[in-house]
Amino acid sequence: MTKEQRLKKRYRAEKRFKMYGLISVSLAVIFVLILVQNIFSKGSSAFSRTMIEVEVNYDSSLLELDSPINQNSLKDADFYDLAVESLLKIYPAKDSKEERQILRLFSPDYEFEIKDFLIKNPNKIDQVVPVKITASDDIDQLNKGNFPRDLPEDRRRVSNYQLNIYDNLVEKEKINKKFNNYLFTKGDSRDPELAGIGGSLMGSFFTIIICLILSFPIAIMASIYLEEFAPKNKITDFIEININNLAAVPSIVYGLLGLGILLSVMEFPRSTPLVAGITLSLMTLPRIIIPCRASLKAVPPSIREAALSVGASKFQTVFHHVVPLAMPGTLSGTIIGLAQALGETAPLILIGMVAFVVDIPSSPVDPSASLPVQVYLWSEQAERGFVEKTSATIMMLLGFLIVMNFIAVYLRQKFEKKWN
Amino acid sequence: MNSLIAGVILILCLSSYFFGRSEARKLVTQNIKLKALPAYYGYYLSLWCGLPALIIFGCWSLFEPTIIKVLILNNFPQIESKDLFYEQTLSFFNGNFSGEITNEIKAASIKYSSINVIAQNSKIVIIAAALISSLTFAYRKIQNNNKARDDVEIILKVLLFTSSLVAILTTVGIIVSLLFESLKFFSTINIFEFIFGTSWSPQRAFVRDASAITPEELLELQDAFGSVPLFAGTAFIALIAMCVAVPIGLFSGIYLAEYASTKVRKYSKPIIEILAGIPTVVYGFFAALTVGPFFRTLGESLGLTVSSESALAAGLIMGVMIIPYISSLSDDVINSVPQSLREGSYAIGATKSETIKKVVIPAALPGIIGSILLAVSRAIGETMIVVMAAGLAANLTINPLESTTTITTQIVMILVGDQEFDSPKTQAAFALGLTLFIATLILNYIALRVVKKYREKYD
Repeated sequence: MTKEQRLKKRYRAEKRFKMYGLISVSLAVIFVLILVQNIFSKGSSAFSRTMIEVEVNYDSSLLELDSPINQNSLKDADFYDLAVESLLKIYPAKDSKEERQILRLFSPDYEFEIKDFLIKNPNKIDQVVPVKITASDDIDQLNKGNFPRDLPEDRRRVSNYQLNIYDNLVEKEKINKKFNNYLFTKGDSRDPELAGIGGSLMGSFFTIIICLILSFPIAIMASIYLEEFAPKNKITDFIEININNLAAVPSIVYGLLGLGILLSVMEFPRSTPLVAGITLSLMTLPRIIIPCRASLKAVPPSIREAALSVGASKFQTVFHHVVPLAMPGTLSGTIIGLAQALGETAPLILIGMVAFVVDIPSSPVDPSASLPVQVYLWSEQAERGFVEKTSATIMMLLGFLIVMNFIAVYLRQKFEKKWN
Repeated sequence: MNSLIAGVILILCLSSYFFGRSEARKLVTQNIKLKALPAYYGYYLSLWCGLPALIIFGCWSLFEPTIIKVLILNNFPQIESKDLFYEQTLSFFNGNFSGEITNEIKAASIKYSSINVIAQNSKIVIIAAALISSLTFAYRKIQNNNKARDDVEIILKVLLFTSSLVAILTTVGIIVSLLFESLKFFSTINIFEFIFGTSWSPQRAFVRDASAITPEELLELQDAFGSVPLFAGTAFIALIAMCVAVPIGLFSGIYLAEYASTKVRKYSKPIIEILAGIPTVVYGFFAALTVGPFFRTLGESLGLTVSSESALAAGLIMGVMIIPYISSLSDDVINSVPQSLREGSYAIGATKSETIKKVVIPAALPGIIGSILLAVSRAIGETMIVVMAAGLAANLTINPLESTTTITTQIVMILVGDQEFDSPKTQAAFALGLTLFIATLILNYIALRVVKKYREKYD
């Protein structure tokens, strides 16, 4: 092999090596893009809801009202007969089997939607009014194009008869979409079209607040002690080793801790944001202490020496000068730690946050779910409608995480002093 | 009631700060030279006012329910299921009990209400006594012009120290809770059966009460908890993950550190780090709903049978999750290799890639190995991806297209939903947790040691 050939070979090796690096970076970036694109394409349809417009005859004789018509008497009234009568009018039915199929075009809450409309517009009584009613999950998915229509009937969730009604309604322009406010206001449900993340949003909110209240002050105090006051001895070393190890302990172990100590020994209420917050704060604590200590360490010794030289005590030096200067770093570390806690699922499953909770929790001691647990719960459901709901929940979760990380980066870039 | 007490204590704290400060200022008007700034006298009084009362209040609230429970149940020695009985009494007392109301429940709830009143009253009295005595004590100290700042600083230092002890407490809590249940588990199941047994089927252990196991049942149980398939599955999925993450992560790290222009680096590094910030449940969803079915249809078209919960799908996605841990850590260690080493290599005519391969990577090797070990520990502790995308059945296999299960999956599967304590099945989850804890602890310890040793070399 001549010198030139050898050189060429070496340069080719150089090019190949660089190419491997470029391919790896692009693979990683492509993974991010595929993941985000996949979630968004699945989830974006969850933000709209299919409605079917029905002529409802608010016949007061069907309501069996025994008192004068007002808001309260309407609230107590039974709208079932009235609702069924109006809904069945949208298409002729031969027998009770077909009637049931018509009713199954609508979400099981049709009775209450019809009732709510009248309570909002009490002057419509004894009139025939067009009312928009939420369609069932199957019709919703059909309308969004997620169900292939050309399958044989026994492999479809929608029968031929229902398809005929659907096409008929589409022709009459009775089917339309509106913004899905249920997604944000309702709790969990077995019916995808009625399920919302209102409950898990509140659950996550309470959990994160408790986690913040518990972990932020303790983390800051611990890092101030370790960075500024701790003598170099065995206890300090032991604490440091502990913190470093705890930061790397798998999150599921914290779930076992919560289950074994908080739930079974201390008997805290199960499935509540309170227990979730405490468990997550134990997990987040070391993850906050580490960046807090780093930002305290980054404050140059000259600041401390200047304060000490004009007669400040050690405490005054630390609390009047070092801590305020380190604040942007500690805050951004805390926010990033909380963002991790917000996305954590495994420990919450172990402390029972997987319970099916319909009601939206109003305090940290009410049973509830949280956003990531909701993702897990819905992803186990078979209905197609839950796939888009799950993806939408993930979009919300990622949205929160992006906002939190953005705030953390902003805090650091805007307020942190560069010392050199 | 509790929030009222806490509120009163906090308001007293706040007002005693201002009171202490103004008292100190009065001393100044009497021509006494203060030993600290007036505000410190305020802090002093406020701390003395709040701390003892809050500590008593906290301990009381923590132990009150247990003590009341014991007091009440002592009166009813004949009741068999004491916990249930107490629950019923409480719900009857709160007026939302549905079920058969027995005389015992009525009697217990009357007892409960009387004890409750006594407890409430004595709580208020004791806290008030603590408040008054500690306030008088601190007030007299102030009047004598004590060294308020030194005292405040000592108290604060103790507070700071205590909060740093939380880390130790957490570790102790983890070890105690895991060990306690695991020891109970190992008293029914032979530890060697657990570590070396090859069949895992905890659903066979439906025995409710661990103390009433017959010898036949015990024999039956012994081989239901062989965790070798779980260890193997965990290691296997972690191996697949590392096969994805190590090359991609390492090459990305090298590329970003050595080749990439500032512009490429500025944009691609944060994008790769997004992968580390995405919650694992999202990866699990993606693996279970997109990647798993994709592999199955791909396998079908190639004539292979691929389980929709294949180890490959879970491992691949886990590998993607781990890429940023390896890439950013190795990026860091490569950057901290001194420039002089590279220049020496260039000077004798090596190309860039030769320099990287022969000089930079050997120098950065301990750091890279450390980062890989940390990534392995993350892979074996990862839960949601495997729970959602890997299988539940424990089968020993090295075929990546079949489904396997992992330690974390089994912990979740055992503990999800309601579980009865004191059954070997539940305790098995804690034993698995203990194994996981020890394994990750060892990996992290080695990794940190390796990284630390390397840092000392070049700094």
